[in-house]
Amino acid sequence: MTHASETAPASAAAPLTRDEVAHVARLARLGLDDDELGRLTAELGMILSYVRQLDEVDTEGVEPTTSLFVPGAPLREDGARAGLDRDEVLGQAPRPLEGGFGVPGFVEG
Amino acid sequence: MATWPFGGVVETAERVGRGEVSAEEVARASLSAIEAENGELGAYVAVAGEAMLREARELDRRRARGEALGPLAGVPVGIKDALCTRGLPTTCASRVLGAGTARPWSPPYDATVVARLRAAGALVAGKCNMDEFAMGSSTETGAYGPARHPLDRARTAGGSSGGSAVSVAAAMTPAALGSDTGGSIRQPASFTGVVGVKPTYGRVSRYGLVAFASSLDQVGPFASDVRGAARVLGAIAGHDALDSTSLDAPVDDYEAACGRGVEGLRVGVPEEYFPAELAAEVAGPVRAALASLERAGARLCPIKLPFTRHAVAAYYIIAPAEASSNLARFDGVRYGLREPGRDLASLYGATRARGFGLEVRRRIMIGTYALSAGYYDAYYLKAQKVRTLIRRDFEAAFREVDLIAAPTAPTVAFRLGEKLDDPLTMYLNDVFTLPASLAGIAALSVPAGRAGGEAPLPVGLQLMAPPLGEATLFRAAGACEAAARAVAS
Repeated sequence: MTHASETAPASAAAPLTRDEVAHVARLARLGLDDDELGRLTAELGMILSYVRQLDEVDTEGVEPTTSLFVPGAPLREDGARAGLDRDEVLGQAPRPLEGGFGVPGFVEG
Repeated sequence: MATWPFGGVVETAERVGRGEVSAEEVARASLSAIEAENGELGAYVAVAGEAMLREARELDRRRARGEALGPLAGVPVGIKDALCTRGLPTTCASRVLGAGTARPWSPPYDATVVARLRAAGALVAGKCNMDEFAMGSSTETGAYGPARHPLDRARTAGGSSGGSAVSVAAAMTPAALGSDTGGSIRQPASFTGVVGVKPTYGRVSRYGLVAFASSLDQVGPFASDVRGAARVLGAIAGHDALDSTSLDAPVDDYEAACGRGVEGLRVGVPEEYFPAELAAEVAGPVRAALASLERAGARLCPIKLPFTRHAVAAYYIIAPAEASSNLARFDGVRYGLREPGRDLASLYGATRARGFGLEVRRRIMIGTYALSAGYYDAYYLKAQKVRTLIRRDFEAAFREVDLIAAPTAPTVAFRLGEKLDDPLTMYLNDVFTLPASLAGIAALSVPAGRAGGEAPLPVGLQLMAPPLGEATLFRAAGACEAAARAVAS
């Protein structure tokens, strides 16, 4: 098709180490086992090699698109409105506790 | 393939409105079609059933009292499982929201688009199958198993809104809602031979759409014909105070545009969408559809969109980056699945590892990496700059032409499982739909006929217009459909 996989730099054969993948998994709060870390190291490496084709694009002086600027997107009135019913929301929670969400203790003491 | 017994969306609503058929009768027809075929096709992951019949009977009572029922009176609509529906489960086909468990998440509110459909008289038929969190192009990464192509059950119906496409293609409902982040409405519409619209970014409210990539996501309709899609879009479009990215611009009369013809329209044909290696079974029907537009009075103009070739790379940085941020909320605390942990970090890690499927984990990892310290400029910022160049391609083209026509997808429906273990090959199937998503412009897919040997499969023509140019899309789609009907009759 019109993609440019042939332009991925040859030096990108192993763009990512297993330790880096483990670090990213910690940042993302994904508890991955060893097998999966191994598989993701290979797969993410392949995907990153492909997306590195963007290095060849001259973006000197080009502004990033951070959001689509469409004129007319208005600000809403800064007024109060009713929220969701607390009991109904807590009814969907895995562990409602005393009117809130129950979690393991996290304050040392 | 089965046909919906009451005509399209427009005919169904008009017959219910006139009392020629009751809304309850229409609802029962939809429910029995779903019951007969869903086991094989996997279009629905939850069916409204009795609730839909209750809504239909209420409509019939209102009609008996002489009330006007609205432009979608009694029209059953399938709703992608990424859109919140009060009283019906909403799981994004993910275990993390309880998909496949006895306790799927049940939202306490309707998405704005669902509320607007109901206000227009539509009946919610149920929740449609999808790739998990809309991440995929084949409706096979979700927890409910795949949706299947009505013409060949070994093939995909496309994705991620595959269940919505099948609902319409298999005549379970005359319309459905999907969401399109990088092609998730247009590609399944192309694969299954129905109409699918990705409106301009901001044209339709995203309130109540579970967020995947917030700078790209947009809700839109599927329908069995062009006017049906126009009517549904007219009902859901417009400003919503609950979505600060929704546009406060008037909603054009899309339905009137369908019959207006294409006399004098300048239609750009981008050479990048017709590479030498494009499958003949796709190129043939698409070129025939272009010729039908020309015969109807449009002028075809060759154009160039040179940054098309970098769209896949830019998208597969930007969308995962936004997804990794949006999906942080699924942590086992407020809704859905919780895996126990001795402390908060292990509760998060265990819940997210078990709750998210493989493709979602992959994208969270790509996105987290692209946003992490030291890599942000090289990946995310670079991709956002390339996105600007892709937008400029379209801005330049739209100074010369009124709309752009191209294939929706580089292939017909592929086999289930064929690309599942090869993420990059799966991503490359989105090559023709991603640019319009990155530019935020309006686009749709309209059937261009069928091609390929003994069991021909549908091919879609993609039409793209400048921001808020939906009416122009419907003019051209209406002309294509009229030409195809003239050939068929």
